[in-house]
Amino acid sequence: MISKRIVLHFPHRLAGQPIVCKLAKDYDLEFNILKAYIIPDEEGLLVLELSGEDKSYEQGIQYLTLIGVKVQPLSQDITRNDRRCSHCGVCVPICPAGAFVVEPLTREVRFHDNECIACGLCVRACPLHAMEVTF
Amino acid sequence: MTKTIKEINEKIKKGEAVVVTAEEIIDIAEKEGVKKAAQKVDVVTTGTFGPMCSSGAYLNIGHATPKIKLGGGRAYLNDIPVYTGFAAVDVYIGATALPDDDPRNKVFPGEFKYGGGHVIEDLVAGRDLKLVATAYGTDCYPRKKLETWINIKDVNEAVLFNPRNAYQNYNVAVNLSDKIIYTYMGGLKPNLGNANYCSAGQLSPLLNDPYYKATGIGTRIFLGGGVGYVVWQGTQYNPSVPRKENGTPCVPAGALAVLGDLKQMKPEWLVGTTMQGYGTTLTVGIGVPIPILNEEICRYTAVKDDGLWTQIVDYSEAYPQGKKGGLGEVSYAQLKSGKIAVQGKEVPTGSLSSYPKAVEIANILKEWIKKGDFLLCEPVAYLPGPESGYTFKPLRERPIEN
Repeated sequence: MISKRIVLHFPHRLAGQPIVCKLAKDYDLEFNILKAYIIPDEEGLLVLELSGEDKSYEQGIQYLTLIGVKVQPLSQDITRNDRRCSHCGVCVPICPAGAFVVEPLTREVRFHDNECIACGLCVRACPLHAMEVTF
Repeated sequence: MTKTIKEINEKIKKGEAVVVTAEEIIDIAEKEGVKKAAQKVDVVTTGTFGPMCSSGAYLNIGHATPKIKLGGGRAYLNDIPVYTGFAAVDVYIGATALPDDDPRNKVFPGEFKYGGGHVIEDLVAGRDLKLVATAYGTDCYPRKKLETWINIKDVNEAVLFNPRNAYQNYNVAVNLSDKIIYTYMGGLKPNLGNANYCSAGQLSPLLNDPYYKATGIGTRIFLGGGVGYVVWQGTQYNPSVPRKENGTPCVPAGALAVLGDLKQMKPEWLVGTTMQGYGTTLTVGIGVPIPILNEEICRYTAVKDDGLWTQIVDYSEAYPQGKKGGLGEVSYAQLKSGKIAVQGKEVPTGSLSSYPKAVEIANILKEWIKKGDFLLCEPVAYLPGPESGYTFKPLRERPIEN
């Protein structure tokens, strides 16, 4: 089994196609939509948690890539600017996914990007603008 | 056993002073006892790094040709209005100032992406700032308009002057209402969704000197990555508050007014800060050295998070309406455990003040002193203590009848 959080960028021409439905029906993949929006006449964006058997997952991603969907891991799109982060920890109780964890000894805040659900709450709540969303 | 600041400075000059942080003194005092610790240790360094809204800087930008008198006129740095009510070319930039055209909270919650605190960070970072000014013109200052880039290296004086920093303790903020609220203590989720606090606790300068017996006017400090001074008690100073047996106040109490040459400070210790739905501010790094003059002062510096207490306050109703009565008391050890109990509910905690940065400041100051680069200053006067009767008064409103 594999489960990953990914960001899909749909070109304009694919906006009308039932692509995620195909992932479920043809490749037997489970999906959990975390975020979706469409910029009219430009592109669509979908943040998904996608799970399934390793081989099916690989084939599903291959299908997406082949039809022209750009696929990238979510961790690449939500990043922490370590130069600006002061490790204050105000983000810790704000994050609904528990992606920020305080190290008990040093009190440094670890960002576990694999837990991130791309809600963006930390981006607005961070007083030093250390959290960045790029998608 | 007593020591004087002069004696400690002699040891610092010879490279013989024993300097430890306010974290390290805890272990030393526990293992060896306060008496021995006071003999052994000469200086304890503290640190804090958090948003401090009563912060700002004044600049003398130098005279243009022909001359302009900004006093009585208007001036902006990177579109942020600066205070001009001084002589011709002195201006003061406050951390919470916002562009005239910022929508503020009209689109709620406001984003407050850039304000006075960010101007100060940009200035210290050596970035060019856009100065736009208008004046009314006089015989001796005829010019009415000025638009130019300025840089910290070119202005005459650039001085950080913060009327209230390093608060001695602060409230824990929670929200009892059923809607999210946006405060200077950060976003507070409804129905006790989170509890935010803002203090370095056992590393905080004035929690290590609860009765202001080691800190006073003229105390040399770490300020914004450079050297600064305590110049007065901070505004809203309130030493006459309830205290624990160890002398530490369990509510906001003392504070420091601090000043220093901005030209030798560093942008990583003066950071422009945004509180969503509230406004802008400046996160300031401060470290105060505490000379261990006697056992009493040493005992104060050995205080631990489990001996430091503060009040839980509802920011949806009690705080804005000035209602008395908190929701209970918690220690910094409890706050740092990640959750506290409020009205029988387990509430996750978040900190606005950075403990890792406070540790870094205390260590930098320790190194400065150990290397002999930083001597201690004898205060010219101590700050008012609880016996002074000095208090913090609310505004007595008197209606103006026309």
